[in-house]
Amino acid sequence: MSPTESIRARTSPVVAALAGVGAGTEQVLAYLGGLAELVGRSMASLVVSPLKRGRSLQRAVHQATLAGVRAIPIITLITFFVGVIIALQGAYGLRRLGAMQLVAGLVAISITRELGPLVAAIVVIGRSGSSFAAEIGAMRVTEELDALKTMALDPVAFLVTPKLAAMIVMMPCLVMWSDLMGVMGGALFGVTGGGFTPGGYFIATCEALAVRDVTTGLVKSMVFGIVVTAVGCYEGFSTGAGAESVGRSTTSAVVVSILLVVLIDLAFTFLFYSARPGL
Amino acid sequence: MTKPVISTHGLRVSYGDREVLHGIDFEVRHGETVVILGGSGSGKSTLLRALVGLEQPSGGEVVVNNTDLARCTAKQLDAIRKKIGLSFQGGALLGSMTVGENIALPLLEHSDLAPSTIEVMVRIKLEQVGLSGFEHFSPSQLSGGMKKRAAIARALAMDPEILFFDEPSAGLDPIMAAGIDELILNLKKAYSMSIVVVTHELASAFLIADRMILIDHGSIMAMGSPNEIRQSSQARVRQFLDRVADSTADDDVDHLRMFTEGI
Repeated sequence: MSPTESIRARTSPVVAALAGVGAGTEQVLAYLGGLAELVGRSMASLVVSPLKRGRSLQRAVHQATLAGVRAIPIITLITFFVGVIIALQGAYGLRRLGAMQLVAGLVAISITRELGPLVAAIVVIGRSGSSFAAEIGAMRVTEELDALKTMALDPVAFLVTPKLAAMIVMMPCLVMWSDLMGVMGGALFGVTGGGFTPGGYFIATCEALAVRDVTTGLVKSMVFGIVVTAVGCYEGFSTGAGAESVGRSTTSAVVVSILLVVLIDLAFTFLFYSARPGL
Repeated sequence: MTKPVISTHGLRVSYGDREVLHGIDFEVRHGETVVILGGSGSGKSTLLRALVGLEQPSGGEVVVNNTDLARCTAKQLDAIRKKIGLSFQGGALLGSMTVGENIALPLLEHSDLAPSTIEVMVRIKLEQVGLSGFEHFSPSQLSGGMKKRAAIARALAMDPEILFFDEPSAGLDPIMAAGIDELILNLKKAYSMSIVVVTHELASAFLIADRMILIDHGSIMAMGSPNEIRQSSQARVRQFLDRVADSTADDDVDHLRMFTEGI
């Protein structure tokens, strides 16, 4: 009997299950600790050497272009259609109640509080989170990270800090754009099939929206930006040897980022609901 | 006798439970070219990584310029790294930058030189390695030999006191490999810097070395001048120098046991 089999034979299924839960919990906590350390080190380098002589700023602007500006077309398209879909789905129920005038408010609140930030985050995960993991993972495989270290350059300060700075700034901008496009999508249905005039739809949207609807989305988006950057970069740094592991890191970055973004969204929504129930 | 710029004392490095280096002791003196020679998997690249602080020793110490790498602060380690240059086996040029930007990077980050001065220095370094006019090329547009040369130019950027080469001529045709050897010899003559070369290429090693260290299975097998190594009568050294394959006529029972152990 092999050592593994003899251990299995001695361990009861309940103990083995508990040990599995314990090991899984330890892994999750270690992962979250790793993310926190990466964000902490990156933030620290931002504070200690604030955009050293403009070069880090240049890198951050470059990242902002890649992760933010170039995401605008796809975010425009997706959130516009999501806005149309919400309006159509809303109208389906509201028409029976004779409350079609509430479509504009329904679209505006759903988009600004939830769907705008969430859709923008998922697009950014697909475009940038995965690319961060692939870029840093490939650099690890080709010893470029080691090359940075031997040149006395900290890979976290050099690679992660500009990405984090770019995402903290760009995510709220993308979400504002995403909100606007979602509302425009709703307006398309409202004007063509909901009996609204363009001006009437605009007024109904403004009346339904409170400033906090937009600000909660923006606050969430900033946290999403930090999480997407941290997970993408952490997965990149955790890449093993070979091209296959770069692919694995990229997949993990996307899956873990989506999971964390949804969990954080849930936590925020619960927090905002608990803070002001009924609003 | 000049002071050693690098010394290791009982250096051990492990990957998990597997010890790769089992107590390495040697020194590199100022202006000396030391070639670390060994077969694949002998631990020579791990030794090189330990010498530049990329691997943490599990035992012993690596002292570079009187600083123990395992016990120094991050700031001290950075100060040492600004005085060394490492040319990686695959070049390890940053793919997101041009060749010129790669060479300029350490100068931009660690010096207050004007951009125009840095540009001139980049051209000088590229000229030294025979790559004049390639500063605007991306690393992916270069051949294997050119990448190695560009990596040497980047390693030279900060005018290092110690230069490390990891397999400088591996994977290159004989003419290109001879060119790299000549480049190393020229650098040695021009700057009298300390050079550490890790290689398994015998011809290169005998051409450029002042002193050679033969590593086998994580331990030093032999150490001495090229002549001393050439005249060594040690069986394992002779096997390596005479390119004799390991005997395949192991005990058949042992061989079978290897496949069936633990089943």
